[in-house]
Amino acid sequence: MPADPRTAFAHRRRRGAELFLLLLALAVGIGAYAAVGLGVEGTTPTDIIGYGGWLVLLVVAAHVTVRFTAPYADPVLLPVVAALNGLGLAMIHRIDLAELEQNTEANTFARDQLIWMTLGVLVFVAVLVLLRDHRRLQAFTYTSGLAAVVLLLLPLLPVIGREINGARIWINIGPMSFQPGEVAKVLLVVFFAGYLVLHRDALALAGRRVLGIDLPRGRDLGPILGMWLVSLGILVFQRDLGSSLLFFGLFLVMLYVATERPGWLLLGGTLFAVGAYFAYLVMPHVKARVGAWIDPFGTEYDSYQIVQGMYGQAWGGLVGRGLGQGDPTLIPFSYSDFIVAAIGEELGLTGVMAVILLYGLIVERGLRTALVARDAFGKLVAAGLAVVFALQVFVVIGGVTKLIPLTGLTTPFMSYGGSSLIANWAIIALLLRISDQARRPLPDLSGPADDDATAVVMIR
Amino acid sequence: MNKPIRTMAVVVMALFVALLVNSTYLQYIRADELNSRNDNKRVRDAEFSRERGAILVNGTSVAESVPVDDKFEFQRRYPQPLKYGHLTGYYSYTYGRNAVELTQNDILSGSDSRLFVNRVVDMFGNTDPKGGDVTLTVNPAAQTAAFDGLRELGGPGVKGSVVALDPSTGAILAMVSSPQYDPNELSSHRLTEISDAWTRLTEDPDRPALNRGIQEVFPPGSTFKLVTAAAALESGQYTPDSRVPGGATLDLPQTDNVLPNDSGGSCGGERITLTQALEVSCNVAFGFLGMEIGDDALREQAQKFGFGDRYLDDLNGQVESRFPSDPDEPQTAYSAIGQFDVAATPLQMAMVTAGIANGGTVMKPYLVDEVRSPDLDVLDKANPEPYRNAVSSSVARDLTQMMISVVDNGTGATAQIPNIKVAGKTGTAQTSEGRNPYAWFVSFAPADNPEVAVAVLVEDAGVERDAISGSGLAAPIAKRVMEAVINR
Repeated sequence: MPADPRTAFAHRRRRGAELFLLLLALAVGIGAYAAVGLGVEGTTPTDIIGYGGWLVLLVVAAHVTVRFTAPYADPVLLPVVAALNGLGLAMIHRIDLAELEQNTEANTFARDQLIWMTLGVLVFVAVLVLLRDHRRLQAFTYTSGLAAVVLLLLPLLPVIGREINGARIWINIGPMSFQPGEVAKVLLVVFFAGYLVLHRDALALAGRRVLGIDLPRGRDLGPILGMWLVSLGILVFQRDLGSSLLFFGLFLVMLYVATERPGWLLLGGTLFAVGAYFAYLVMPHVKARVGAWIDPFGTEYDSYQIVQGMYGQAWGGLVGRGLGQGDPTLIPFSYSDFIVAAIGEELGLTGVMAVILLYGLIVERGLRTALVARDAFGKLVAAGLAVVFALQVFVVIGGVTKLIPLTGLTTPFMSYGGSSLIANWAIIALLLRISDQARRPLPDLSGPADDDATAVVMIR
Repeated sequence: MNKPIRTMAVVVMALFVALLVNSTYLQYIRADELNSRNDNKRVRDAEFSRERGAILVNGTSVAESVPVDDKFEFQRRYPQPLKYGHLTGYYSYTYGRNAVELTQNDILSGSDSRLFVNRVVDMFGNTDPKGGDVTLTVNPAAQTAAFDGLRELGGPGVKGSVVALDPSTGAILAMVSSPQYDPNELSSHRLTEISDAWTRLTEDPDRPALNRGIQEVFPPGSTFKLVTAAAALESGQYTPDSRVPGGATLDLPQTDNVLPNDSGGSCGGERITLTQALEVSCNVAFGFLGMEIGDDALREQAQKFGFGDRYLDDLNGQVESRFPSDPDEPQTAYSAIGQFDVAATPLQMAMVTAGIANGGTVMKPYLVDEVRSPDLDVLDKANPEPYRNAVSSSVARDLTQMMISVVDNGTGATAQIPNIKVAGKTGTAQTSEGRNPYAWFVSFAPADNPEVAVAVLVEDAGVERDAISGSGLAAPIAKRVMEAVINR
C-alpha cells in the first residue's frame, strides 16, 4: 500500500457485485436443500418455497442493511457466508432426515438452526446499524476484557454451568444452552486490540535482547502470562482443548501483529508447547485425544468418532455419494463438530475443498481488510477476527480429517449451534464495518492526517 | 503493522493448503484402504444393498441374491445350503463372510478392479451396480455322491469329509464336510436370528461350521503308507518287489515295545514284497521302512506332497498338514504308518493320491473355475498350474500298480468298479484310548487314465468299534464318487 492513503486506489462500492454473488450463494443453499429432498425422498421438499423464501428474505435483509449502512464494505464476505450457512442448513436437514428414518422421535436441528440463523442475521443487522464506527469499540477495551473473562467463567458456575461430552463450556438459560466461549472470542479480540494499540510501543521497544529475541519488560509481560494462565485454566477446568488453543493462538498473533516482533510467536509458541506437553502428561483427557489421533485403529483409546469420520470421507471419495445417498448418521455429531465429514461423504473431496476454499476466502478478505484499514485499532481487530476464524477452521477441520488431534470446536456457519452462529455473524458484521471504513474514500481533511491522533480525537 | 499481517496471511495460507492436501490424502489416496477395512459399516451396508453375484455349480446357482422388500433390498439365498454350505460360506451382516463369499468378495460384490468399467457405466446410466458371478469347479454328481454317501452312514450327525480332485488339473470336484450347517440362517436380515444361529453353531461340540476337508487335521493312518512307500521308492533302494519284514511284530529300538499289525497276526510271511505289504497294509513292513529311510526322508517326501504348506487360495482357513519335526526311532516307525504326530487334512490326502495319479506331479488345488462380469463376459478362467513334483513318473507308475493291487487283491476290494481299474489305499487311524478310530480311503480311477482322485475320511459314524475300517466305511463312498465322475 502506498505510504500516503490519499493517493491510494479508490475503492468502488461494488454492491451490485455483492448482489450477484448473493444470488449464486442462494442457489447453493436452496439448491442443496432441494437436492437433499430429491436424494432422500425422491421429490423436491414440499416446503421449498417457504424455506427458500425465508433464506431470500434473510439474505436480502442483510444485503439492504449493508447497502445503506456500509456501502463501501467488502462485497465478497456476505455472499460467501450466505453460501456456507445455506449449505450447512441443508446438510443439517439431511442428517435430520436420516435420523428420522431410524427413529421417528429423533431430535431434529434444522428448524432450530434456521431460527438461530435468523437471530444471527438480526445481530448482523444490529451491529451494522448501531455501530457506525468501529473505533467506538476502543472505548470498551477493558469492559470487553472483563466481559470475556466472566463469560468464560460462567460455565464453571454450579447452577447454570453444564458439562456436555466431557467439556464444561456450556451454560443453561431456561430451555436453551449456550456456549459463552463463542461470544467471548469476539470480545477478546476487541480487548486485545484496544490493549495492544496502547501498549504496543512499550512491548516492542522496551526490554532486553536475549539470544536474538527482544524480551519485554516484566510489567509488560504480565498480561501475556495472564492470558497464558487463562488458556491453561480453560484447558484444565473446562477441559476444552480447542478453545484453549484458539484463545492463546489469537493472542499471540495479535501481539505479533501489533509489535512486529516475531520473537513473541516464538516465546508464546514455546509456552504453549510446554503447557500442552504437561497437559498431555497430566490430563488423561488430553492424552486420550492424542492417543486416538496417533493410532485411531488401536483399541487403547476411544477413537470411534474419528474413525467413523474417516470412513465417511473415504466413502465419499472424489465426488461424494450425493446428498441423501450417504450414511452420515454413523458419525457421532455429524450435525455439529463433524459436519465436514458429512460433507466429505456426500459431496466428496470436491465439496470439502470448496468449503475449505470458501473459509479461506473469508480469512483472505478479513486480512485484506486489516491491510487496508486506516487505523491501528481497526487493523488489529480485523486481523484478529480473521486469524481467530482461520485458527478455528484449521483446528476443527484438521481434527476431523485427522491432520491434528481432535478438539471440540464448531465449524463456523455450518455446525449446528446458536452461540457459534450468532457470534460468527457478528464477526462478519464487524469485518464489514471495518472494511467499509477502510474502503470509503477519504473525506477532504484539512487537519493533520495522522491516523492514530485522529482516532483518539474522535473517541474522546 | 502490515508486514506481520502479510506474514500471517502466508501462515494461514499454509494452514489451509495443509487442510486441502490432507483431505486429498484422506479421501483419495487412503480411501481404498479405509474402504476395505473390515469394521467399515458403510461399505458393508452398501454391499448388502447391492445385487451380489451368484455362485454357480455347473450353471445352477448355489448362492444367489434375490430381491426382498426391506432396507437392504436383496437377500442372499442358498438353494442347497447343506450340500454346498462349506463351499459357498455365508454372507452375514453381523459375522462377515466366509469361504467363497469371502475369497471372491470383490467380484461378487462388484468392487473388483476388473469391474471398474461396469461401475462407471452404471454410474452414468444411473443403474445400481451389480456383482459378477463365480463358477465353481465342483462336479454336482460327485458332490451329491459324496454328500449322500456320508449321510447314509448314519444320518446328518456323521462326522467326516470327502474331497475329490481332478488329478490332471487340481480342480476340486467335490468337497463335503459333515455335519453341515445352513448358511441361510447366518445370512438372514433379522439380526437376532443371525446371532442365535451363530451361538448355536459355535457352541455345538460337533462344530458343523467347520470344513473338515481343509480346516482340521486328522491322523491319516495307513493312507500315509503311500507317502512312506513313495519315499522308499524315490530313495532308489527299493522296488515294488523288494523284500521287507512281514512278521507279526516289529521290535522298536530304545524301548521294550513292539509295533504290531492291526490284525495281530503276520502279513503273510516273515519276508514279503513291498507290493504285498501295501496290499495288506502291513504295519511291521512300513514301520521298518520308515526307520530304514529315516524321518528326514519321510518329512521331505511329505512336504513334496504339500505337508506343512498352504496352497488353497479359494477357501479361507486351510490348515497345514504336519509331519513331526524331530521324532526318535520308534516315533519315526509310528509316523511312517501315519500315527504318532502325523496329521493331514482330507484335501492333503487327496493331493497325495492325485499326485501319484498325475505321474508324480501334484497340481495346485483350486475351487473357482470361472469369474464373470454381470454381463456374463468371462473375466478370468482358472489356469491349472503344477504345485510340486512329488515323485518321478516311474515311481508314480510303480505306486499306481501297487495301489491297483490293493483294490484288486487287498484291503481295498470294496472300492472295485466293474470294468474300470481303481487304485486305492485304506486307512484306519488310531486316535486316543477309548475313542473310535478314523476310517480313511484314498483312491483314483481309472488307474490308466485318471479322471478323479478322492479322499474319504469318516471320523465318527456312530457304529461299533469292530465295524470301523477304511474298507468298510470309507471305500464305498470313494467308489460312489469315482463312479459319479467317470459315468458323467
